[in-house]
Amino acid sequence: MPPELIADILWKVLFAVIFVVVIMTFAAYSVLAERKVASWIQGRVGPNRTALPGLSAIPVIGPHLVKMGIWQPLADGVKFLFKEDPIPGHVNKLYYCLAPAIALIPALTTMVVLPVGQYTVDGIAHPIVLANIDIGILFILAVSSLGVYGIVIGGWAANSKYPYFGGIRSSAQMISYELAMGMSILPVFMWANGTEPGLGGLSLFNVVTSQQAMWLGVWMPVPAFIFLTALFAETNRLPFDMPESETELVGGFHTEYGSFKFGLFFVGEYAHMVIGSAVFTILFLGGWNFLPDFGIDGLEWLSDPWSRMGWFGSVLSVLYFIAKTMFFVFFFMWVRWTLPRFRYDQVMNLGWKYLVPAALACIFIYALIIGLIDIAFAVEETPAIVQ
Amino acid sequence: MPDFLFYLFSALTVLSAFLVTVSRNAVNGAMYMIVSFVGMAALFVLLEAYFLAALQVLVYAGAVMVLFLFIIMLLDAGKGRTVRPDRLTTAAACIGGLLLISGLIYITFDSGAAPSTPLPVITELPENATATNIPFTTSSRSFGYGLFTKYMLPFQVTGFLLLIAMIGVIVLSKRIDSSGDEPAKPRIAKS
Repeated sequence: MPPELIADILWKVLFAVIFVVVIMTFAAYSVLAERKVASWIQGRVGPNRTALPGLSAIPVIGPHLVKMGIWQPLADGVKFLFKEDPIPGHVNKLYYCLAPAIALIPALTTMVVLPVGQYTVDGIAHPIVLANIDIGILFILAVSSLGVYGIVIGGWAANSKYPYFGGIRSSAQMISYELAMGMSILPVFMWANGTEPGLGGLSLFNVVTSQQAMWLGVWMPVPAFIFLTALFAETNRLPFDMPESETELVGGFHTEYGSFKFGLFFVGEYAHMVIGSAVFTILFLGGWNFLPDFGIDGLEWLSDPWSRMGWFGSVLSVLYFIAKTMFFVFFFMWVRWTLPRFRYDQVMNLGWKYLVPAALACIFIYALIIGLIDIAFAVEETPAIVQ
Repeated sequence: MPDFLFYLFSALTVLSAFLVTVSRNAVNGAMYMIVSFVGMAALFVLLEAYFLAALQVLVYAGAVMVLFLFIIMLLDAGKGRTVRPDRLTTAAACIGGLLLISGLIYITFDSGAAPSTPLPVITELPENATATNIPFTTSSRSFGYGLFTKYMLPFQVTGFLLLIAMIGVIVLSKRIDSSGDEPAKPRIAKS
């Protein structure tokens, strides 16, 4: 192989490793954040004293390093790794061992097409992303829909009553909400492709750049709400945690799992949550755009201050994007301790009788509005689609 | 390298498709079917048809097979019972299979077979693109453009056929008892 190709591959592997490390760290610290948020909402303290031995002996900064339980994820991870990992005698061993991996791998694969910021070369903005492919959002929907097999197969392979129920519920819930989720983002892509001239397609970077005038969540609140609800259902978070619902199903699909395999399910759920929040931020909250500029000339610095600051601006855009994403991870936890769990028939009713029709109505209404805007303002600029 | 990948994924697809038909456990069969679909999606990726690949995974591996698994688990059809097909079914299946194989062989070795030239990759539709001279590319935009202009009627007719099939299934699967009344609705506890 030519050396350039090898160097290229090495760079890509390096970037991929950085992405995996960052996302896994976020997933691990989301677990800590979940426990802290839960304890604050319930008026408790939460984890507050886990520390490496000898750390508090460091003068001045030592006592601050052990506060807030920032070493808790490390301790949890080590505990999961070193616990005994028995396989119950009544399970289907192959699927039992495969299921946690199936749950985690799709959640991590989706980050390949996730743009996290932008850099500017010669005045043209490029996304910071592992693979800038045309079908970004479809890739994320497709791969993340495979993640449900981890839960379904895990519940089935456990060969026991309650995990089985958890698996069945998970598959039914997945089918119901995937439809609403897929349809709720259609108005976003109609907007991103319809009124702006350019390449179009389904790439997420394109969606972010089309939101400089106005974040889509502001003028598409209903699709945003449908997407967020479906996201809660797809990540199995309360109030939609039917597969787990520990008050009726013991532990749901992971009742028979322990130690590291349970840890993989757990991290997979949080990784899914982090990626889902990032996708929501990109689709409806303007990604790394600072503030909407309302399309006014001279105000572009408000939506895109990053391109004037060189590499420092790129770093800032990534940090700003992460901050927005973190807010939504917090929102997930907030809702968990605010809403009670839905009953199973309520989950099905909400999915099929409310969200799907509402998403269909949104497609129709926004198609009409976008078509009218096209005709009224931008016919000359749009590509040959209008003819 | 692409050759090697092609043979790898083709073998994966065909082998797991074969295993679907011979596996006795319905859940095993469903899992092999998922592997087969994903292998086919990988073949689409090798053809640079990313859009088709994503749809293959999204619709078949992601949605249809979840439904299959749901039904298998709901009916607890894990250990399928063996049903011996009668002679007529066997004969019809043999004839049908032979016809299919001969048709495939004819298409493969016929000189007028499907073209194997790579499709051009263009980034933007040309200015003079109309319904009749759409450049066929692998970008998702050209799929949509073709689907809603030149192939609008076949597209709609296919959708209508699916609707007919769906209504047919609902009618057939709705058991109507001898008196002609609709079956009693399953009792749902008032909540």
